[in-house]
Amino acid sequence: MIAPLSPHRWLKPTPKGLYCEPGDFFVDPAEPVDRAVITHGHGDHARANNRQVLATRETIAIMRRRLGDEAGGTLQALDYREAIRIGDISLTLIPAGHVLGSAQVVLEHQGCRVVVSGDHKRRPDPTCAAFELARCDLFVTEATFGLPVFRHPPDEQEIAKLLHSMRVFPERAHVIGVYALGKCQRVLALLRRAGYDAPVYLHGALQSLCALYEEHGVALGPLRPATGATREELAGSIVLAPPSALSDVWSRRMPDPVIAIASGWMRVKQRAKQRGVELPLVISDHADWDELDRTISEVEAGEIWVTHGAEEALVRQAHLKGIAARALSLAGFEDEAE
Amino acid sequence: MNRFAQLLDALLLTPSRNGKLRLMKEYFAETTDPERGWALAALTGELSFNEVKPAQIRDLVLSRVDAELFAWSYDFVGDLAETASLIWPVRPGADHVPSLAEIVAELDAATRATAGERLERWLDALDATGRWALLKLITGGLRVGVSARLAKTALAQETHVSLEDVEAVWHGLAPPYGELFAWLDGKGPRPETGSQPTFHPLMLAQPVEEGDLDALDPAAYCAEWKWDGIRVQLVSRGDEKRLYSRSGDDIGGAFPDILDAMPDAVVLDGELLVLRDSEVAPFNDLQQRLNRKVPSAKMLADYPAWVRLYDMLEEGGEDLRPLSFDERRRRLEAWYGAGPRPRLDLSPLVPFSSWDELRALRDGARARGIEGLMLKRGDAPYVTGRPKGPWFKWKRGALTVDTVLMYAQRGHGKRSPFYSDYTFGAWQDGGLVPVGKAYSGFTDEELRRLDRWVREHTVARFGPVREVAPKLVLEIAFDSVHRSTRHKSGLAMRFPRVHRIRWDKPAAEADTVETLERLIT
Repeated sequence: MIAPLSPHRWLKPTPKGLYCEPGDFFVDPAEPVDRAVITHGHGDHARANNRQVLATRETIAIMRRRLGDEAGGTLQALDYREAIRIGDISLTLIPAGHVLGSAQVVLEHQGCRVVVSGDHKRRPDPTCAAFELARCDLFVTEATFGLPVFRHPPDEQEIAKLLHSMRVFPERAHVIGVYALGKCQRVLALLRRAGYDAPVYLHGALQSLCALYEEHGVALGPLRPATGATREELAGSIVLAPPSALSDVWSRRMPDPVIAIASGWMRVKQRAKQRGVELPLVISDHADWDELDRTISEVEAGEIWVTHGAEEALVRQAHLKGIAARALSLAGFEDEAE
Repeated sequence: MNRFAQLLDALLLTPSRNGKLRLMKEYFAETTDPERGWALAALTGELSFNEVKPAQIRDLVLSRVDAELFAWSYDFVGDLAETASLIWPVRPGADHVPSLAEIVAELDAATRATAGERLERWLDALDATGRWALLKLITGGLRVGVSARLAKTALAQETHVSLEDVEAVWHGLAPPYGELFAWLDGKGPRPETGSQPTFHPLMLAQPVEEGDLDALDPAAYCAEWKWDGIRVQLVSRGDEKRLYSRSGDDIGGAFPDILDAMPDAVVLDGELLVLRDSEVAPFNDLQQRLNRKVPSAKMLADYPAWVRLYDMLEEGGEDLRPLSFDERRRRLEAWYGAGPRPRLDLSPLVPFSSWDELRALRDGARARGIEGLMLKRGDAPYVTGRPKGPWFKWKRGALTVDTVLMYAQRGHGKRSPFYSDYTFGAWQDGGLVPVGKAYSGFTDEELRRLDRWVREHTVARFGPVREVAPKLVLEIAFDSVHRSTRHKSGLAMRFPRVHRIRWDKPAAEADTVETLERLIT
């Protein structure tokens, strides 16, 4: 059953992104708009040059760090669970568990409640606030890993795999491809939890966001720049780099590197093979199939909208569970990035 | 099985040859008989299971998973074994992880029906990598970047036995290779293989490249037609007779007509063909025979198989391979003339005096069953492999036709992220009719561009297939085209591949079905 004023009447997928009419704002717009609510700091969600931006304090800090003067005209920070009225809408941000500062957007309008999840995950992550479940009438979700082949193993198991490989190849550098925001810091935090306390070497592109995480109280242990480190220092060490650096000249300076990537896509062997990855680490900042499946039940929504990813399969799963669902196929999100 | 699955997983992802050798050596050293022997058989492609077909694996998965969710997943992953292994919802209870030896023994004893039940139990007991390895194994395509030769190299390395010695005894051995491992470990004698009708690894030809012929003396070479069948080897020793495919598979069971006619004490090299009144039938006719493990009497009568002989490797126990091609040919002709040779005929030599003359012959050869020419140096011995110089294959020019891209599907394996399988059509009565499918002929760069084009021009999606706007012209090269009742257009192309992508050409100017019909041979 759909509640009093159907969200179809006031929340609309448009080419620029998801548009909330009574509040006159977009959530994670694909191109610059007057008013944007940003769920988290990844580039395909937090774009440059919106005139007014509303997001969590951490997301705004991340946008300033990454986008500088182009982060937006005015940037308004909102704490988790702090309600704000925009026009005829009540808006709250609650943790999405995806990366530092990531939020789900809770919208209430005339007795109807909508949750736009942004990107999210449900398993614990030492670097950000845990996902909070909010029951709603309409749940707007991502489906990056919305196929039943994606079941992420426990993080500890993947970190153990890495540490095992380091014991087997003590003379080689383990170069791990990680996204600069979120994955990098999560891998570091997981390594520290597993008792690995040696310095970790960082590609230049990762240093500033690691510093930002530390400023927000996330301890990452001893870090060193990879540039300038000797081959002797790098042998037997862990080096973190953006995935794009793995295939270029940069990684060739490493002593006989074991190439790894930390990503949910590494679940599929042929994807790992295609990327030239010798050590796939299945560590993802997105919900896997089981998490998505559980969430679409637990929010008890009458309807599910799927923004991006494997939309068709998650829509099918919702239908199998007797929940109305549709794929929005919103533009601008990177389906296969993580 | 888990240890073997780990090996396969590591082999798949280890890029270097030395790394792969190290992994295999470790495995063989720490695994006992007969497990390692079955693993060796799997790595060298000597294991085949007929009890479980891909369709059965799919059905098994569909008994537990929604068909639509499976289709989306398969579309994404691009590989049946991997999709099934990842999607499989384990039911608790089955906790006995099978060994390779158990899998081989149980499948060998199983029927179609009981094989499915065993498989289900094993899938529940194994982890995802174990399931992947099991499914790869029983569907016969490991594809972990290990050739049979590399596996044998790993066996021989750091032992008293050379790779050549392993290869020499190989075809007389059968899994799980107890004798072989005993010999390698210094605990047994060299295995005896003398009287076995073993396969002799083939001599293969290099393609003629631009300018190759200018440097060669035409008088030093013989030419013969390259027939459009499959290359085979007939081996007859004592009472034992075998018909081998070019990769050494024993295909005699499907060709009792050839086996019955096989003469004594020879090893012959030739082309397997369906012949009617000495005329080569279309390749499709041979395909009918190749598709049947055991042909019916009607099949045997309707599709009579012959072998057209190219060469003779052994006669009366004498190894002729060290002799020159001219000498072997003389021996072959003498032997052939000495008796009635049912189901065998001689591939004639094609006389010529200059490369230009031969080129004209090749370009004029549109007769059915001819793929082009073979050039063989008269003074060259028969050597295994594909040496450059003694043998060349000179295929006749391909035919080409301009078609319109209609549907695209994701590729498999490494190409699964891309739409790389293309169905193309030709015009008929104002509409497009699909006339073939192509998977190759483009560069990686072109593949990425095609993939992007497909995504941007999709007009409908049917599960994994995308229908695209009929706007892109693909120039397709193919070897020949035949009548076919299995295709809507009534045509089937042989070896179609993308010759050029005509980004520039309007779709309306592509060719018609009628144009293709005029090219039928």
